[in-house]
Order: sequence, then structure tokens, then C-alpha cells
Amino acid sequence: MFVIIDYGTGNSGSILNMLRKVGVEGCVSSDPEVIKNSKALILPGVGAFDNAIKKFDESGLKSLIEEEVLVNKKPFLGVCLGMQLLFDKSEEGVLSGLGWIPGSVKRFNFDNIDVNLKVPHMGWSVVNSPNNSELFFEGFEEHRFYFVHSFHVVCDPKYVIGTAQYGYEFICAVRKDNIWATQFHPEKSHKFGIQLFKQFVNLVC
Amino acid sequence: MLNKRVIPTLLLDNTGLVKGRNFKKHKYVGDPVNAVKIFNDKEVDELAILDITATNENRRPNFELIKNIASQAFMPFAYGGGLRELSDIEMLFKIGVEKAILNTVAVENLSLVSAASQIVGQQSIVVSIDYKKTFFGGKKVFTHSGKNNSKLDPIEYALRVQDAGAGEIIVNSIDNEGTLKGYDYELIQDLSTKLDIPVIASGGAGCLEDFKQAVDVGASAVAAGDMFTFHGKHKAVLITYPKYAELENLFKGQNNE
Repeated sequence: MFVIIDYGTGNSGSILNMLRKVGVEGCVSSDPEVIKNSKALILPGVGAFDNAIKKFDESGLKSLIEEEVLVNKKPFLGVCLGMQLLFDKSEEGVLSGLGWIPGSVKRFNFDNIDVNLKVPHMGWSVVNSPNNSELFFEGFEEHRFYFVHSFHVVCDPKYVIGTAQYGYEFICAVRKDNIWATQFHPEKSHKFGIQLFKQFVNLVC
Repeated sequence: MLNKRVIPTLLLDNTGLVKGRNFKKHKYVGDPVNAVKIFNDKEVDELAILDITATNENRRPNFELIKNIASQAFMPFAYGGGLRELSDIEMLFKIGVEKAILNTVAVENLSLVSAASQIVGQQSIVVSIDYKKTFFGGKKVFTHSGKNNSKLDPIEYALRVQDAGAGEIIVNSIDNEGTLKGYDYELIQDLSTKLDIPVIASGGAGCLEDFKQAVDVGASAVAAGDMFTFHGKHKAVLITYPKYAELENLFKGQNNE
């Protein structure tokens, strides 16, 4: 069972639809037993950083999930804000992130470049995979994904498996051991997203 | 790289898809779930579905149908029509829709826009503004699927909507809708200059050139109905969508890099 962690935020419905589409069993749950017995965990997230971290703390699931992911090395996928939460801190809030991956989250800043871009970055962008991550299917000429975000991650290049351009090049996918995360929404990126989920399922199963 | 979104807008009459002209003479064009499946295969950037009779018939959104549509929509999916309360919007997100489109209700109760954007995030709240030229007093915002004149000025109203916390605005020219003669570029330009949030052009697109022109005057995205659902001069129902390469070529020089 692929379990989408229900902590009171996040658009879990569309990820669940995607899991069905790629033919794996999935559910949205906050039940500790279900989380413990899962094959993989998916952390969605929308909205503000502090609100999400607070809700995650309040869910009472944090220690269990940290044991599953950090100790038992259960495959994990963070999506959008679910990626940003994995880092140490964010310019969007004052609360600490989970700190599973060293790094921080910054707002798009175009002060030093001559572009007139709206924030949030909303739309489709081509994703490059510097380390040829197994998360991205080799059969496509390019990978396009749907983005909606005002903040992006900054971290050590060794964790970076995806970058995209919006005013400048920013990090949009990372991997550390059994932890994968994407800033974009693979569940809303039709054939590219379907393929990414298939790749993730292959990595897990 | 393609940053400008091209969004098919499908009109729903409770259960079936319809299409008309100048917000009138709607005829049945097909089954929504099937249409969405086709748009999926055609790799569309985003999809909007509007139930145009929900508010006027005082109906709740058809959540069962929306859920079925959402389960097939592997692209950003926006729904509007009959959303009255915060709980309606929360329900939408629960069943897999990521954007809520508010129209009449935003005119009547702008605080819903603020409340909703605080809960589900600004990027998920889209306000749709239908407007048309009036004999006296220029362009005015109309509610209830174009039936009631709110007497609001579209630009002034759009600025208030932005302040209230909307993430995007769809401006839909009732005069141009279904005519295939092009968008109202003047208003799109004016609005895009004055607003910080993305403006989606709607109403009147008949060819790819219209998309380009709207983007050239500042639109962040373009929406169209007829172009994607009808084919030929007899308007036979045929679902189409431009190939990615075509759109990439069309928006060349518009890259946001």
C-alpha cells in the first residue's frame, strides 16, 4: 500500500487518482498502523510553510514517520510544500522544518536580474536532471512538469536531481537515500507525471 | 520552454457539456468525463470546467460528477459554478480539484475570496469576471451567467478582487464569447498592466494567432472553448488541442527565462 500522509493539508485527492492510474494500491491515511505497514509514504502539501509544519506536528505522526523514513529507510516522496518541509527552514515562516535534508527554502528573488516575472511561478517548465536520476524516464526528449510555487529549495548539489528555469535556474527535485522530493506536481503533469510515478513505483517495488 | 498556459474551458449544464454564443443558445456537445479523457491524451496545460446553470438554478455543484471528472484529469483542473460557501471549496479540494473558480459569489460576497485563499492558498482561488459593453457607461461586470448587470467596472472590481486575495483572474468578454473573432485585447492589456496576479484571457479566441496576441498584450494564460470543441464552419463537435511544438513555436520570444 502506498500511503499518502493525511495531516490536514495538501491535495491528496489528485495524488490518489494518479496512484490508481499507474495501477498501485493507495490510500490517504493518518492511521499509525496503516503508515507503519505501508510500502511507501507520500507527503503532499499546499499553503503556508508554518501552517503545514504546525499541522504535521499536531498530527502526532512525526516520530513514527521519522522512524519509518530515517531509520527503516522506507521509500518516501515529498511533493511541492511536502518537499520544502524536509529542509531546515524557510523564508516563508519562522518555524523549523523537518531537517531531513540539509538546506533552506527561499523566495523567488529577481532583484538582481532584468526580468519581469510574476510570483508564484505557475505553469509548465522543462526539468533537467543533472544526475540523471532514475526518477526521470529516459525515453522522453524532455520532461515537462506543472509548477505552482513562490518558494524554492537551496541545498548541496549532491542532493539535486532536477532543476528548472524561472528567471534563474532553481532546484526542483532532490534525492537523499530513500527520500525523493519534487517541487512540481507530477500528479498533475499528464504523461510526464504518470511516467514519474511509474518510475517511483519501480524503485519501490 | 512554454510558460504561457493554454486552457480549454468546458461549459457544463449540470451533467452534460454545452457550448453557445454570447452566453446564449447553448447546445449539447458531449459527455464531460469522456472529453476530459481525450484532453488528457492531448496533453493539455490546464482545464477549466464551469457549470453555467448551477447558480441560476440555485443548485449545489454536482460533486459526484466533478469527482468523476477529477479522477480522469491528470492536469491542473479548475472548477466553477454554484460554489457558495467555504465548505464547497474545501469539498472540491478533497475530491481532487486544485483550483476553485468564483464568479457571481465573489461579486456578492468578496470576503469568501479572502477566506478561501487563506485556507486553500492564494494560487488555488481564481475569480472569473464576465463583462460586456453597455449602452451607457462602458464595460460592466455581469453576474449569473451574464444575466445581471452588477454595474461594477471590470478594472476597479479586478483590483478589489486581487486585494481580497485571489490568485488569478479570468476575464471573459460576453460580447466576444463564441464568436471566434478574437479576444478583447484592450481590456486584457489594461488589466495585465494594473494587476500583479496572472490574467487569463477568455472569450472570442478563433485561432492560434489570437492566443499570441493576448499573450503579447500581457495575458499569462489564454482560455478558449469553441476552438477546442468545434471543427469547421458547421461547428461539428470535435475535441482538438494544438500540439506542444505548435504552441512552443507560437510563443517563441515569450519565454520567461
